[in-house]
Amino acid sequence: MITVFVPLDTGAVAAGADAVAEAFAAQGARVARNGSRGLAWMEPLVEIVDANSRLAFANVNAAAVPAILEQRRAHAACLGEVSAIDALRRQTRVVFDRCGEDDPLALPKAPVLESCLRLSPEELIGEIEASGLRGRGGAGFPAHIKWRTVFTTPAEQKYLVCNADEGDSGTFADRLLLEGDPYRLIEGMSLAALATGASRGFVYLRSEYPVAARVFQAALDAAYREGALGGDVLGSGRAFDLELFVGAGAYICGEETSLLESLEGKRGEIRAKPPVPAASGLFGQPTLVHNVISFASVPAILNNGGAWYAEYGVGDSTGTMPFQLAGNVARGGLVETPFGVTLKELVYGFGGGTRSGRPVRAVQIGGPLGAYLRAEEFDVPLTYEALTERDAGIGHGGLVVFDDTVDLAEQARYAFAFCEVESCGKCTPCRIGSVRGKEAMDAVLAARAAGESTAAQLEVVEDLCEVLEVASLCQMGGMTPIPVVSALRRFPEDFGRHRLPGQSP
Amino acid sequence: MDEADIARAIALRCKDRVGGALRALREIVVAHGYVSREQERVVADVFNLSRAEVRGVVSFYHDLRTAPPPPLQVRVCQAEACQAVGGRALTKRVEALLGLRLGGADERAALLPVYCLGLCAQGPAMEVNGRPVVYAHQHDLAAACERPGSG
Repeated sequence: MITVFVPLDTGAVAAGADAVAEAFAAQGARVARNGSRGLAWMEPLVEIVDANSRLAFANVNAAAVPAILEQRRAHAACLGEVSAIDALRRQTRVVFDRCGEDDPLALPKAPVLESCLRLSPEELIGEIEASGLRGRGGAGFPAHIKWRTVFTTPAEQKYLVCNADEGDSGTFADRLLLEGDPYRLIEGMSLAALATGASRGFVYLRSEYPVAARVFQAALDAAYREGALGGDVLGSGRAFDLELFVGAGAYICGEETSLLESLEGKRGEIRAKPPVPAASGLFGQPTLVHNVISFASVPAILNNGGAWYAEYGVGDSTGTMPFQLAGNVARGGLVETPFGVTLKELVYGFGGGTRSGRPVRAVQIGGPLGAYLRAEEFDVPLTYEALTERDAGIGHGGLVVFDDTVDLAEQARYAFAFCEVESCGKCTPCRIGSVRGKEAMDAVLAARAAGESTAAQLEVVEDLCEVLEVASLCQMGGMTPIPVVSALRRFPEDFGRHRLPGQSP
Repeated sequence: MDEADIARAIALRCKDRVGGALRALREIVVAHGYVSREQERVVADVFNLSRAEVRGVVSFYHDLRTAPPPPLQVRVCQAEACQAVGGRALTKRVEALLGLRLGGADERAALLPVYCLGLCAQGPAMEVNGRPVVYAHQHDLAAACERPGSG
């Protein structure tokens, strides 16, 4: 008897996976729905498993199903064994190692938690410190400092909050994990609860991810049924309650204090920091806020030891990062690899260059608040430190590839326009500056089109960027200048600056 | 049940939950299609909030509609990953197809921007009545956006 795995992942379903699953079932095959392997350009990626093999088939459509079942390895769509797929073999999967292996709800619920129940908070936090894990949501703050702050701050009630409000364009790692391996997150949060003394947790998920919500809720229900969550976790006598909270459409709620306001049922307006959430977060209580991937990295760290994890990566950028190749890229998807990989290796080695076949011109790293880099600087190793030196950041690991048709002045305008739409409105630089920035960029574009000097308007843009950077209350306004200024510095010709002799870019 | 009863039943169910007011407003949109003025009043009453506070929450979030949605809801991604593969051209095509500007609506359809659907490696992406569409530039958009009642 064979089992046919057809991903339930949103990206696979959008590419036709449901019809493929029905077609296999109609042929009498046993069909299971797994998570995605993250090879987005191959979706629907179907796997046929029997006693001797686990064969992969790329870009399967329903019409091809009878021939695939008949010809198997001889079929043109067959890639051979899943384990031999080059794009997977070259990755180092620590967080996503079992994503796609099985029905997400059939994966082990808490294989690491049980052995950690007897460890003290200090021992657990010590391993996290040894691992060098830094927050994967964007800020890259050392995880153990937050953990220790929550643990040592006295309070009746401490909370864990998982930030699954994955709003950055070019990122989908959180979605892949929630849809493909939700227990990994639940276990990571359970371990963090053990270490920090938190007894309640929330996963704040964006509403744009309905499949992730469905799968994750089903995983929570199953974990409760089997005693992995609730008043007596795995018979330890310790309580950890975890629930899902779905947002209502607001990019700013990915900012941790805005998220906390939203979770309290209010407008998602940011809070001034300090105090940091680890000291005073949800309802004023000590709250450990981490991104999905940060929590999901914890089980592997505690299973193998912090020192093992720290062997991956470079310098203070330890461990693996699930990078996401997006935009105009031939082979887009998830690439989990140690820090230190070069942009060249990711964009060309894994990504295969552009999908359009034209030359790569720019890559935006780290979402809508991330910098645009030029193809000429692709030898830069992806570490927190190397990108900081270039006034850039890794963010949540999204890389958006653009070919040579991109207009960086349009992209700079968009950065302001996006800030205008998504600003929470609390502080003036972000609320008003974004509107003025968009208007100034409109004037730049108009002057450029008319063949006139853009210098005066670019001065306004640069002034505004300075104001946003230094005077905004949070990173929404504070980082909106990054895409604008990086585009202007690295691609001055797109802004009409080459028309001004004597001015250096 | 009239709209106030729907809102009251939902609000009472959410009353003791963390983030109850926002939960209730979301669920009202799911159950009723949008949040009416009357329903805002009910939520304010149940949660002991001022109507201004409830209006503040409603006006903050993109999903909390305050008018009945037309039968066809199209959301086209405007974010960078989709821009890199023709998202702007796709938006123009959908605008022409529906006879609407982005952000506009008539009695039959609404065309809304969305900033990332998490399908960034398979763009340009859009969503038709909640159903995701990838590589939308290659799609028969007229069929994908078929207007209810117009054949």
